Amino acid sequence: MRFTPMHKTPAARTEQIILFRSSSQIFAISSCSVQEVRSVDSLAGASIEIDDVTVPKVRHVLKRGERSVYVVNAALHFGLRPSPAALIFILRKTRVGLLIDGIEKMTTMARLQALSPAFCHEERVWYRGLTVLDQNVIPVVNPQGFLTEQELRQLDATAGALLEAEAANSSEVELTP
Amino acid sequence: MSWAEQLDARSCVLLRLGDRRFALAADQVSELVAPSRMFRFAHRTPGIDGVILRRGRVVPVCDVAEKLTGKRLTSRRYYLVSRRRNEGTTDWIALPVSGDCELIQADLTPAGPSDSPHVAAWLSHAGEVIEVLNLGALTPGMEPVDSGEGRAPIAEAHA
Repeated sequence: MRFTPMHKTPAARTEQIILFRSSSQIFAISSCSVQEVRSVDSLAGASIEIDDVTVPKVRHVLKRGERSVYVVNAALHFGLRPSPAALIFILRKTRVGLLIDGIEKMTTMARLQALSPAFCHEERVWYRGLTVLDQNVIPVVNPQGFLTEQELRQLDATAGALLEAEAANSSEVELTP
Repeated sequence: MSWAEQLDARSCVLLRLGDRRFALAADQVSELVAPSRMFRFAHRTPGIDGVILRRGRVVPVCDVAEKLTGKRLTSRRYYLVSRRRNEGTTDWIALPVSGDCELIQADLTPAGPSDSPHVAAWLSHAGEVIEVLNLGALTPGMEPVDSGEGRAPIAEAHA
């Protein structure tokens, strides 16, 4: 006679993550949050330079149809020493491109530990939590934490003015015989 | 009634920070461990040096010596892993100490209104008057957290 087990042990939930480097520090991001990975070189000509003193971590804006995607320098965002960036993560469900030094590897995390309440400043918005991989503690970034609503509004205003000026310049060029 | 008000003989752990000694209520002390590898990552909370891994738990390391003695510790002999309780939750924090720790039984005198917030009580031991520390006032994160205006809420952990 065989008994049907009453309870099944639930499989451990895991999450695919990408480990990336910025200014020689390692961070993790959920691979679901990354829509696209592009080389910095591929953006030459596809981005517009933006110089908004209130958001110095953003120097470029990409036009994606009607949407503006702001490229955040990860090193500046985290208050690290600026370093030569090579890749951009275009993040899903946000208007953020993340400028990073490089990808370390893709892996799986089985456990995300909440940030201790002792951490009580911006890092609470920066990170979803911490994970332990191969006896190393890695912060897992929060994709929504790179730009505030206020920063996005400010950048939209600056980028809008830039794009209008650019459009005006190009129409002037066309009128010149 | 806070524990500092329940004045009777209590177990306390004496800890050394440089040339001074302080005390913590023994029920706030989880363990005393040898310094292990410290992990550092970007953050903005002053007073936190990094984190250590202890029994699978990530424990922030908070050097309170500078606040208490005016000098950072030049040598770290142990980490005193302490428990902090706040609104029904418990978290752990590792305090670097520079010498051996000692478990004693002592009568406590409550802190007065003129005492610093980090003083929970006083005790007398071996001819020395020693501050019993209030970890909540000494270490960051025991006050309500300001998550910042216009921030999206932090997504819950999936894993």
